[in-house]
Amino acid sequence: MLPTIAFYLFSGIAVGSGLMMISARNPVHSVLYLILAFFSSAGLFVLLGAEFLAMLLVVVYVGAVAVLFLFVVMMLDIDFVQLRQGMMQNLPASATVGLILLAELILAFTARNGAGETAEKIAEAAPMAEQTANTNALGQVIYTDYFFMFQTAGLILLVAMIGAIVLTLRHREGVRRQNISEQVNRDPKEAVVLTNPRPGQGL
Amino acid sequence: MEIGLSQYLIVAAILFTIGIFGIFLNRKNIIVILMSVELMLLAVNINLVAFSSFLGNLIGQVFAMFVLTVAAAEAAIGLAILVVYFRNRGNIDVEDVNLMKG
Repeated sequence: MLPTIAFYLFSGIAVGSGLMMISARNPVHSVLYLILAFFSSAGLFVLLGAEFLAMLLVVVYVGAVAVLFLFVVMMLDIDFVQLRQGMMQNLPASATVGLILLAELILAFTARNGAGETAEKIAEAAPMAEQTANTNALGQVIYTDYFFMFQTAGLILLVAMIGAIVLTLRHREGVRRQNISEQVNRDPKEAVVLTNPRPGQGL
Repeated sequence: MEIGLSQYLIVAAILFTIGIFGIFLNRKNIIVILMSVELMLLAVNINLVAFSSFLGNLIGQVFAMFVLTVAAAEAAIGLAILVVYFRNRGNIDVEDVNLMKG
């Protein structure tokens, strides 16, 4: 009984906050609703027995990606009222497309058959270790069978990091920067000037 | 009522549709478009993890992790492009992005 209640609670909050995200007036509220949707989806992952991915979702999405969105929304001075113009004229077409897509997806998911035989074959191919924890089992798969894919994922993150830095880095004129080699190479001969001022005159 | 695979798939389908709906609805606001794409990738992840859990196969969760990686990289690059575009233009209206006439 309790898992059923938890499922409906988490999925209801996820769907509701998703709807609020796309319809919120203030983009900061949109980001906050996105965080709520991710958080309740992490709850769904826990119900499914994927604890590691649930924690990863909280750490990576709520902790990094959503905060990145929040930074950008707050940092850029954007006129959001102007951006919302013409939103209502998109509504009928987008609602039609969305409802047709939803009906098709639900039809496909509920009407699928023959899942029993394939399920047994798939379970034979890579059985889920019942005794070990989810994180332990994932680690045993990632670092052996899927090692090259894991390395490629790291490479993708590296490329994304370098790309973001290259895109946003700029050198502005008139900004004082620290030049460490210049500072280190200073010697007393050019840094110190000895003078002999007469009394009462100053420099 | 027992919660089966179909319930999870329907939740994922609803979230995916909300993502597409958000893209169509906020055609001018590229920040909300990026967030809608994140929501769609989350729906795909729910699908992968649900199949992984109900079929007793761990590979779905491995693949969900890679989807998570790509989504994080996409958000970083997309927001960087957005910041550069805002510096050049002063607004983020997507409807006049065709200034390069590529």
